[in-house]
Amino acid sequence: METLLKTPTGISGLDEITNGGFPKGRPVLICGSAGCGKTLFAAQFLVKGITEYNEPGVFMTFEESAKDLTQNFESLGFDFEKLQAEKKLRIDHVRIERSEIEETGEYDLEGIFIRLNYAIDSIGAKRVVLDTIESLFSGMENMILLRSEIRRLFTWLKDKGVTTVITGERGDNSLTRQGLEEYVSDCVILLDFRVIEQIATRRLRIVKYRGSTHGTNEYPFLIDENGISVLPVTSLKLDYKSPTEIISSGLPRLDKLFSTGGIYRASSTLITGNAGTSKTILAGHFAMSSCKRNEPTLFFSFEESPDQLVRNMATIGIDFEQAIKSKLLHIQASRPSLQGLELHLMVLHNLLDELKPRTVIIDPISSLITIGNTNEVRAMLVRLMDTLKKKQVNALFTSLTYDGQSEFNNSTIDTVSSLADTWIDLRNEALNNERVRSLRIVKSRGMGHSNNQHDFIISGKGFQFTSPNKK
Amino acid sequence: MKEPTADEFIVEENLVLTLYISGMSQKSMEAIDNLKWLCDKYLKDSFELEIVDIYKDPKLASEQHIVFSPSLLKKSPLPKKTLIGTLSDTKKVLQSLGIKIKK
Repeated sequence: METLLKTPTGISGLDEITNGGFPKGRPVLICGSAGCGKTLFAAQFLVKGITEYNEPGVFMTFEESAKDLTQNFESLGFDFEKLQAEKKLRIDHVRIERSEIEETGEYDLEGIFIRLNYAIDSIGAKRVVLDTIESLFSGMENMILLRSEIRRLFTWLKDKGVTTVITGERGDNSLTRQGLEEYVSDCVILLDFRVIEQIATRRLRIVKYRGSTHGTNEYPFLIDENGISVLPVTSLKLDYKSPTEIISSGLPRLDKLFSTGGIYRASSTLITGNAGTSKTILAGHFAMSSCKRNEPTLFFSFEESPDQLVRNMATIGIDFEQAIKSKLLHIQASRPSLQGLELHLMVLHNLLDELKPRTVIIDPISSLITIGNTNEVRAMLVRLMDTLKKKQVNALFTSLTYDGQSEFNNSTIDTVSSLADTWIDLRNEALNNERVRSLRIVKSRGMGHSNNQHDFIISGKGFQFTSPNKK
Repeated sequence: MKEPTADEFIVEENLVLTLYISGMSQKSMEAIDNLKWLCDKYLKDSFELEIVDIYKDPKLASEQHIVFSPSLLKKSPLPKKTLIGTLSDTKKVLQSLGIKIKK
């Protein structure tokens, strides 16, 4: 059997879900209610096709004029005028003055066929967008005739070998008002825009994709100044490089607990502990060691404001203020519930691109768990870890555990512990008349490590180990 | 009912018509036949008709906003009208072209 060739969509994340893109040379139906991003979706497919894959495209618009389209997409950096001048893009506005039209007998849509054919051939187009062809139906009497013509058009486009994106408005009981999904059997994508717990989310689902495996979930997508991004924006692959360089955890005494004298660069470290076990302080030391190496550091704080974090760190001799002034440290603080999970991830992705940090700290990662279901969070964290590894970023996550739960029986631990290369557990136990803080290394991949419990105190200089350092 | 004859119809102004067809398709041919019959019967010399094959000039289809084929454009007198289809519905065609029956 012939394998199905694919056309990359140019929409980040979508190619991963579809295992390579849309079916090459076939029609794809994109449906959804008004304002869900159909036209943008189609436009991005076309523009990225031109700019990234050198595939000229034809945009046949049934609703907006070429001028309106050009203006609307200017803000996204889609330069329709330039692309038209370069003969890479053709926009044909199919304007129908319904009031001037009288049906006087049987007709066909040969006008559309000829216009499309002309536009496609004149620039050697490989991609076509029909947005929104269903508007042809409004006010027309002979629906049966129109339907059969539309069916003929889709077949013709297939024969022509162009990959076509057809947009359709969501109907009451069907995916599209005129049931276009009956005619487009190869690939149907449904866009959705809804508000869940006051958070507006856009979602995408592949309803069908004949002859291809595809992700079957609903995937969140975002529209920002770069256009549409479907999450996951990165793929799940275990193909990143693993550096052998050793970096400091920020505490010389802690480094000595590892046989390598520190942790690997671009590894991920998990710090777990109950409330008040100094997780954030350890994270602070980690951040400072990165700043000392002159490496940009990104600190995600889900519990404290940047100001509060700076103030509190200063009391134990960790000078965040200086690090911020020298632009090495960036603190991004937000309440986890303020945005949807995907938005947090998106903010993180954008900051990764913008600041190019070498170290990322998320304090605490358990806050994110409260805003999504465990599966969703886990999938997100896995992708996040992969992204960080791919970019060779040192990662540190803190995670809050609760009294009474064993370290192996906690949703956060379940979610992230297998992803962490190094796992440090902190405790704060009542012994006699005092509370004793202690640290244990649960695991550390690729190196020997201490198996002892190491007591420490928090002083004006931060973390200080009190027990003798045994190997 | 008696068939109305040519002089029972009023055409207030000269009709300026363009018929867009797509090659030798059956519908195109039907439209030409119907229009010729109609013009001979009711319009005599009070019209100008141009027949354009959009296959031969595909650019024109876009410029003239042709979607349906065949399409008969009435450019003058106003209001503009586009009659789509084979023009077999004579009553509707006459009405749309603004041809009135003399009482």
